Amino acid sequence: MDMDTALLLSILAATVQSGTPILYATLGEMFTERSGVLNLGVEGMMIVGAFTAFLATHITGNPWAGVLAAGLCGGGLSLLHGVVCLIFQGNQVVSGLALTILGLGLADFLGTPYVGITTTGFQAFAVPVLADIPVLGAIFFRHDAMVYLSYLLPPLFWLFMARTRPGLALRAAGEHPAAASAAGLSPVRIRWCGIFTGGFLAGLGGAYLSLAYTHLWTNNMTSGRGWIAVALVIFAFWRPGRAVFGAYLFGGVMALQLRLQAMGANLPSSLMLMLPYALTVLVLLASSARGGGRAAPAALGVNIEPEE
Amino acid sequence: MRKSVSAMLLVAAMLLMAALTGCGEDKKPAEAPKAEQKPAAAPAPAAPAKEMQVGFVYVSPVGDVGWSWAHDQARKAVEDMDGVTTSFVESVPEGADAERVIQNMARKGFDIIFTTSFGYMDPTLKVAEQFPNITFMHCSGYKTAPNMSNYFGRMYQARYLTGMVAGAMTKSNVLGYVAAFPIPEVIRGINAYTLGVRAVNPKAEVRVVWTKTWYDPATEKEAAKSLLDVGADVIAQHQDSPGPQEAAQERGVYSVGYNSDMSHFAPKSLLTSAVWNWTPFYKDVVEKVRKGEWKSGAFWPGMETGIVGIAPYGDMVPQDVRSKVDARKAEVVAGTYKVFSGPVKDQNGAVRVPEGQVLSDQDMLGMTWFVEGVVGSTQ
Repeated sequence: MDMDTALLLSILAATVQSGTPILYATLGEMFTERSGVLNLGVEGMMIVGAFTAFLATHITGNPWAGVLAAGLCGGGLSLLHGVVCLIFQGNQVVSGLALTILGLGLADFLGTPYVGITTTGFQAFAVPVLADIPVLGAIFFRHDAMVYLSYLLPPLFWLFMARTRPGLALRAAGEHPAAASAAGLSPVRIRWCGIFTGGFLAGLGGAYLSLAYTHLWTNNMTSGRGWIAVALVIFAFWRPGRAVFGAYLFGGVMALQLRLQAMGANLPSSLMLMLPYALTVLVLLASSARGGGRAAPAALGVNIEPEE
Repeated sequence: MRKSVSAMLLVAAMLLMAALTGCGEDKKPAEAPKAEQKPAAAPAPAAPAKEMQVGFVYVSPVGDVGWSWAHDQARKAVEDMDGVTTSFVESVPEGADAERVIQNMARKGFDIIFTTSFGYMDPTLKVAEQFPNITFMHCSGYKTAPNMSNYFGRMYQARYLTGMVAGAMTKSNVLGYVAAFPIPEVIRGINAYTLGVRAVNPKAEVRVVWTKTWYDPATEKEAAKSLLDVGADVIAQHQDSPGPQEAAQERGVYSVGYNSDMSHFAPKSLLTSAVWNWTPFYKDVVEKVRKGEWKSGAFWPGMETGIVGIAPYGDMVPQDVRSKVDARKAEVVAGTYKVFSGPVKDQNGAVRVPEGQVLSDQDMLGMTWFVEGVVGSTQ
């Protein structure tokens, strides 16, 4: 294998890795939005997940305990959003923004004593047989357990939404809660589940940063990845398959721009660092022009008024 | 409902904490000063010597093994001096918040206030003008006032020496450098490192990747990996986290640390680190203020004062490399060797420092070009 092929494979492998935390968060937010709730607190839930994952792993020595803690705490934080939006009918945008600020502050406050310590976390291992497939093996099957776990999520997500009764109920709560209610479902209860699952997955996305991508915790280590996830949900037209594409596209641009610099491409790095964000704007423009807005759940962001 | 009540309590607690830190509250445990108050060696019958109060403002958390950690090590040494108490506020954002924190310290009657980040320059100056009797020390800027000095250390000297180690240890002749922002301080460090590398290994090149962040371990690590992917076998860095070291250790190649001795993060990988040691300088400032000998100025001390240095070599560094670097270190300390002494060419081969000349401090402080041997853009 010559140098160029090796480099290309390494860029693609790095793409998967830098896309993974975004993928978790995007799928989570997509799940929440499919139930009709807009939660802009992804960044806050991610950072809380990153911290609690680190803390739990640091205490127990078991990274899976960290993953569980991250999910539960990310989900727990998202329940605040549920309290505001589902019980008190508060504004979903404002509540989500508050959640981001709260999450960042909380993780910063609680996490400061743990900055600069390293933990065991997840290590990369090659999947037997699959890792030996030419090209694909090197790109997809020489990562850590959390990356492999993330491969299972989009198909499961799709199966759940398209082929199961609870999935149908979730979509009904997001499209037409009154109809769901008339059908004997409880859209409010369904939305609680949607919010918690979204928070759980956002927490997992954060856990990936502190347990697998790096093995340490620092303040603000999500660095805007939660916001990218929010944008990617729209980019993906609320479909899990396209979320994979979007998350890897972003991971790819990040991996590519660093490697272009390393290869000595004499381009201003500021310009390259801007690429993912310029891409977000373009994608939002393109998806709106193509009527992407219509792909949104019809009752997204609309609170369910309590029945008299 | 219980959940929302406890959540509200949590929010209230957070707000309270934010308010407290924002007010520049003394973070030191309350009992510490009591325990340490001891009479001076010769108890003066007249007014007992007033305790000197020294304040520090940090841009990042102390626990980060990086920039602020290095300053805080020196603060602890100052705290141990007789008749001195210290306190600090960490994670203070640059800008308006900084001014408030510094002003609070000044109002409380601190005698000396160290502000340790570039972005504190204007806030420090503003407060210094309001409190002419307090001594202000600002790190890494360029403005002064009658009661405000700026100071920094010649880190590039240590960078040069770590470059010599790296240049001797590379096999691929490709070295990687993960760097935060293309500002003169960082560019100077990369240039000095490269000159050190090429002093022992003229065939080697240093590749630079900018992360545009001081502090994002995931991106820093990814940047280091991208350098490893193009064949780099020694990774140096100008960041605040050990992310690049982790990447190097995982691939089984060498790395060079920065700020403090990072060997515990990557014991198998770390050749040495370019380190800060602010202790002698800070103690000297406190002594001078106490004796009334302090004068405002711009201070840029070098390795001869111990303000910068290199951490102990890793076990893998062979004896002949160590003695070569140690010999050069002695020349730098003695002032007989200057890092940026001509001939120095830039990336395009143009001579920037002619034979027999040495780059002036002015030119070093405003450096925006890469020396020959660096692969990368200064933008």
